[in-house]
Amino acid sequence: MGIEESGGILVTTLEKVVNWARKYSVWPLTFGLACCAIEMICTAASRFDIARFGMEAYRPSPRQADMMIVAGTVTKKMLPAVLRLYEQMPDPKWVMVMGSCATCGGIFRSYAVVQGIDKYLPVDVYVPGCPPPPDALLYGITKIHEKIMQDKWLTKKYEHIKFPKKVEG
Amino acid sequence: MRKEIIKLNVGPQHPSTHGVLRLLVELEGEVVVSCDPDIGYLHRGIEKLMENRTYHRSIPLTERVDYLAGAANSLGYVLAVERLLGISEIPERARYIRVIVAELTRIASHLFWLATHGHDLGAMTPLFYALRDREIIMDFFETWAGKRLFPNMFRVGGVARDFPDGLEQEIKKFALELPQRMRDYETLLTKNPIWINRTKGVGVLTKEEVLDYGLSGPMARGSGLNFDIRRVDPYLGYDEFEFVVPLGENGDTYDRYLIRLEEMRQSCNIILQAVDRLPKGDIMIEDYQVAFPPKDKVINGEYLIPHYLLVVKGFKAPKGEIFHHTEAPKGELGFYIVSDGSEHPYRVKIRTPSFVNLQVISKLAKGRLLSDLIALIGTIDIVLADVDR
Amino acid sequence: MENLKDYIKGVIESLPPESLVSHVEFRDQVTLVVRQVSLLEVLKILKDDFGYKYLIDVTAVDRYEDDPRFEVVYHLWCHERNCLLRVKTWASQGEPPTIPSVVGLWNTANWHERECFDMFGIVFEGHPDLRRILLWEGFDGHPLRKDYPVEGR
Repeated sequence: MGIEESGGILVTTLEKVVNWARKYSVWPLTFGLACCAIEMICTAASRFDIARFGMEAYRPSPRQADMMIVAGTVTKKMLPAVLRLYEQMPDPKWVMVMGSCATCGGIFRSYAVVQGIDKYLPVDVYVPGCPPPPDALLYGITKIHEKIMQDKWLTKKYEHIKFPKKVEG
Repeated sequence: MRKEIIKLNVGPQHPSTHGVLRLLVELEGEVVVSCDPDIGYLHRGIEKLMENRTYHRSIPLTERVDYLAGAANSLGYVLAVERLLGISEIPERARYIRVIVAELTRIASHLFWLATHGHDLGAMTPLFYALRDREIIMDFFETWAGKRLFPNMFRVGGVARDFPDGLEQEIKKFALELPQRMRDYETLLTKNPIWINRTKGVGVLTKEEVLDYGLSGPMARGSGLNFDIRRVDPYLGYDEFEFVVPLGENGDTYDRYLIRLEEMRQSCNIILQAVDRLPKGDIMIEDYQVAFPPKDKVINGEYLIPHYLLVVKGFKAPKGEIFHHTEAPKGELGFYIVSDGSEHPYRVKIRTPSFVNLQVISKLAKGRLLSDLIALIGTIDIVLADVDR
Repeated sequence: MENLKDYIKGVIESLPPESLVSHVEFRDQVTLVVRQVSLLEVLKILKDDFGYKYLIDVTAVDRYEDDPRFEVVYHLWCHERNCLLRVKTWASQGEPPTIPSVVGLWNTANWHERECFDMFGIVFEGHPDLRRILLWEGFDGHPLRKDYPVEGR
């Protein structure tokens, strides 16, 4: 990015500008599973105010959402529903795993609990804790933002092309 | 005229089901013909896990049973184990700390209920107000225990950590201020015509139905059944506190709403009494066969060895079986522990209030409108981890 | 406390003597052990004549080495006198173990018994809708049995 000296013109790439817009308008899915969902609601409510990150638009429908916060224990009975919700979300989409249970099963190493959702979903950010406090969740969100900024959605398909070097003389 | 039954699947991901509840509803137009709850989406096998742990190591598991009122659950468990071991008295300070934390948890749980119940029925503002006050309680827990939702500080024989300096005064200040702030919340809902239309006459239960369905907590008291375990089977010395058990008349959603609000005020009342009487002194019994020695003395061999044995091996409980119930925010929380004389419980059954209370929804929803179903889910005040364990 | 003990003594005396196997007292809690054939009769007497109108809980215990293997436990509460009573009996031997259902007496037993069936595989005869409640249809085994591994099969 750079600013031209005359006229206040901002020069940047299309990719960066789109990523920047995406970053501040992530719409999460209203999707709570267990204890972590309570902390997620606290994050969205008055004190921590997730609207500062442009994320206050929680969507009940997966078709309007582009970020899934897996907040809580995923049981084997719930797993098909979780996968279905993920598949219903349009691309590009991000998955954030909140809490020990969804990360690795946590303290529930039992017959009914999935030992880590990352066996089934591509996870972008893990937030540890049982449950993670809202500040930890906000930190995870900033990490998602960093990841979104690095997303080469436009130039990725040209990455494999080797441009010929200029030959001297 | 052609009549057709529509089958509707509500949940398991639905913003108004308070978690992962799934309801299979059959509709005729907008009238519910039948409603069949499908639960178990959060069944984590806590009872089975507890059979394989020592008594102390189960405490974090019990806190996660009803995650809106974590400390109330571990309190019930710890009291059950104490009764199994025959410990009848714990230090006074520990007892009052337990009462204060249990009542704070009740307020936190009811505030969250107010927030979500209001939100489900279209009132957005109570959510922000109620969660503001809940954050203060969470801050108390964080100061005391370092954790917000689950303090995990109750131990067999006392509490693990004393209140830090000044926390008592902060709690007292909060308990004095909350009833005043609740007047604001009431102006939003209590006389609001929309609120009254959505709640009055919805989900009416008679006393006989309450007994038949085994309901407890505000669900039972809403219909006028005077059943509060703090009163009828006192534990933790609740009989020495002055408080009123609010009772409803009509047994509808509106009455239960008023009861929960009044319970919050009464909890503030109990907290004020407990803070005033809070004595100085020990917070743990001195029987190091079952209770942890004080942390600052554990460097000494005399205390180190019992501490080590307690952590690694646990204690042996006498052979027998015990049922202990407490008044959790959502109703009667019972722990049935069968011991075979070893370090692990042979069987633990957690009788959770939400599991029993949820059952009545199929009866209440029949013949009502679909929009009333959301009010009913809110008034039963379920937490799905509490239902499924 | 003494009044309550006398009351429970009166309860025990007025039950048909052939129905009662024994009664145990532990930490001020009384357990009545009854024969399975007279379970419904005893519960009905307790409910109608002695005011035990509130069924708190129905659960089971797997005594893995004993025969009969499954104990079924009922917790009752009397609202007038504020006292607790535990009634215990056995499910019949064999696979699946069976026991009569008490849904006819209390509607609340419906889900409790379904949970017992789900977790222990005890069949409650006369139950209107006996199917799995917490686990899904097609789950292999009954997890709270002692021979079921914690982490599942």
